[in-house]
Amino acid sequence: MAASLKPPARGERYKSLFQIPREEWFVSGHRLCAGCPVGTTMRMLTKVIGPNAIIVNATGCLEVASTPYPYTAWRHPWLHLAFENAGAAASGVEAALKVLKAKGRLDRDIKVVAIGGDGGTVDIGLQALSGMLERGHKVMYVLYDNEAYMNTGIQRSGATPWGAWTTTTPAGKKWRGEWRPKKDIDAIVAAHRVPYVATANPAYPVDMANKFKKAFELTDEGPTFVHVLIPCVPGWRIKDDMGITVARLAVETGVWILYEIDHGEFRVTFPVKRRKPVKEYLKLQGRFRHLTEEEIQKIQEMVDRQVEEVNKLVGKEVIGPVA
Amino acid sequence: MAVAAEERLHVERKKPRPLSTNSAIAHAVKDLDVDVVAAYPITPQTTVVEKIAEFIADGELEAEMVHVESEHSALSATVAAALTGARAFTATASQGLELMHEILHIASGLRTPIVMSVAMRALSAPISIWNDHSDVMNARDSGWIIFFVSSAQEAYDTVIQGYRIAEDSDVLLPVMVAYDGYVMSHTMEPVVTEDRDSVLAYAPKRPFPYKLDPEKPVTLGALADPDWYYEIKYQIVEAMRRALDKAREADEEFGKRFGRKYGLVECYMCEGAKSLIVAASSYAATLKAVLPRAWEEGLKVGLLRLRLYRPFPEDLIVDALSNVDSVLVIDRAISYGAPYQGPLANEFSGLILKHGLGVNLVSVVAGIGQRRMVDDDFLKLAKLAWEARTVRKPETIFYGVRK
Amino acid sequence: MSSEGSLPAYYEIPPGGAIPEPGSSLKYKTGSWRVLRPVINQDKCVRCRLCWVYCPDAAILELDEEYVTSKGRRYKITYKVNYDYCKGCGVCARECPVNAIEMVPEPIGGEE
Repeated sequence: MAASLKPPARGERYKSLFQIPREEWFVSGHRLCAGCPVGTTMRMLTKVIGPNAIIVNATGCLEVASTPYPYTAWRHPWLHLAFENAGAAASGVEAALKVLKAKGRLDRDIKVVAIGGDGGTVDIGLQALSGMLERGHKVMYVLYDNEAYMNTGIQRSGATPWGAWTTTTPAGKKWRGEWRPKKDIDAIVAAHRVPYVATANPAYPVDMANKFKKAFELTDEGPTFVHVLIPCVPGWRIKDDMGITVARLAVETGVWILYEIDHGEFRVTFPVKRRKPVKEYLKLQGRFRHLTEEEIQKIQEMVDRQVEEVNKLVGKEVIGPVA
Repeated sequence: MAVAAEERLHVERKKPRPLSTNSAIAHAVKDLDVDVVAAYPITPQTTVVEKIAEFIADGELEAEMVHVESEHSALSATVAAALTGARAFTATASQGLELMHEILHIASGLRTPIVMSVAMRALSAPISIWNDHSDVMNARDSGWIIFFVSSAQEAYDTVIQGYRIAEDSDVLLPVMVAYDGYVMSHTMEPVVTEDRDSVLAYAPKRPFPYKLDPEKPVTLGALADPDWYYEIKYQIVEAMRRALDKAREADEEFGKRFGRKYGLVECYMCEGAKSLIVAASSYAATLKAVLPRAWEEGLKVGLLRLRLYRPFPEDLIVDALSNVDSVLVIDRAISYGAPYQGPLANEFSGLILKHGLGVNLVSVVAGIGQRRMVDDDFLKLAKLAWEARTVRKPETIFYGVRK
Repeated sequence: MSSEGSLPAYYEIPPGGAIPEPGSSLKYKTGSWRVLRPVINQDKCVRCRLCWVYCPDAAILELDEEYVTSKGRRYKITYKVNYDYCKGCGVCARECPVNAIEMVPEPIGGEE
């Protein structure tokens, strides 16, 4: 087996894991929890985008864990301002690059990548994100979604799924964990008519690499968005080694559907012929431990409906029934 | 012929034209060749951004305008643009400055060289679009250099001075140029503008030294634990100290090149005065018109106009206070429940104690929400200041409130 | 105040706490977090690259080192664990499709 194959050219796709560049751009020594798939995802993202980019990071566990002064895990130029303004900060960086180039003070094309967690994106940063999308800034936005405020210690966010225990939606005598469904941020982003929206998952590295690549390249046209599901070891109450396994089960059960919306065209990038029951996904996670069989059945029905909607959208059965 | 034409042009250029303070600031932004403007409309600042938009629309200024969806994003985008190496500007007022508050500290903490104009306005609630200084006074400890200007010309000149100071590698702090909403923002005054080449020769662009650049990647905005945070914040203390000299130099040099300078504080009719009134922005301009009447009535009261507020030009103020028996400080903001309920009065009180000055202090709160203050009111304040030479007035006077 | 003297003074820190050295976290060794250590069985390893891809800490090294298995199979690359940074999460062992990685208790004292 060759050490490394040539990465795909512009407009082409990764076909093999061995096309992922060996060189690290998000390096060791960061302080993400042991087993955190954000590390996996950031390594992939930074490898795919290559050196010619500026990264803007919203406040969150990634930002904190990757830059405890005087150390930084980033080899890209990297900026963090605050929690709710990654969209605005990225807009400012992009505007500066654009005008400096126009005025002859910059001679290269530099791209901008913004990264935010679910809190920083679907909740407190939604306004700045919407502004950035609506104004058409040429920025790739990556949402790493661990489905709660993990940096502050597992409080529910708008991205927390139905039934999940968090420290602010505990399971008690009256409450049974989160009682509202997860906010559909991808539909909100897509409603801005941006060139590219995709969901990704670190258990599917080639699919994720292709989405990062496409999103990065399509910033030539406008803002792009990649939404990555990130199991959180302490927040989801899973074992250190389970992050990738749980992420994969999210796809295999239909909880997380891998798709892209490329210029308005919806496409499932990873069809699932036979779904596993959602229980397989839930039972590995302590955050769902309190659920009764009836409640699990309710989640199964929610997932069934989601799958049905996607199949209808595609016009054929791309995600099959529960085996 | 060519020489004659050039001279004519020069005279033309030096001919003042009628501009509001808001327009004068927009002209300064154009003449400074600012690269990025990110701002959100808010009364009474809005015409600053409208005028800048016109300049860009007409090709008179090549800049990117980011039509942000809030002031929080306005300042965020401005800071990010400056840290990417652009010359960036924003403008705001009142609630907008409050919404920016979080980013005010981030701008100074990251040592961002930007300039922001503030058309000062009262704060909600109740909502008021009228003028006082509550907005800027709430931002005074955010690590920004703060100027209070009192004419449209001074606003134009100070925005230009502001970039020279902010971008100085010994300073690297954001600069706020504040002026009274409506009273100044929407009032026409004669203003001389300068040509871009001269302005850029005075204030050449000096991009942020650690700008975001893939050729030389930096990490900006890292997490600082208790072993590091204090030193990084203390840098601002030292930068502020250096900014005092840099502001003085910037004003001197401006005077040499353009024939106008202001000093960091202005002392008006201080010669022989036994009492001083401290005021900023438009009140200082009004007092200049009123004080001669006071002297006619035998009240030897001078004006100490605060132009540079942060860093505080302590030595100059102590010098001015050394020759008088009393000082009356006009505050256009309320420090609710504080020993003196005017924020400036508290600072002067500390200064008097620190330097052992035998000066009686009178704290006056006035003009809140643009409550009308006319010549006679200022004359009354002059009398109060004069009386205070011999009679202590320990409580803050809420001048003009219905009790 | 305990750090006085050993850490830089305010003027020795770049303005605003800028970090001009990219990837400086390499100086911070996270290997001490580990309780279990992954050990790769080079004979069983099929060089699929998955451990290298999934490792959140870039602690699997992909080296251009030739390796010949006991059955005579020749590989041009070898995967090794960088114990300076490996936090011992075990993702590599769990995801290895041929069970070539074993998690073993970290020796007391943490010697290599």
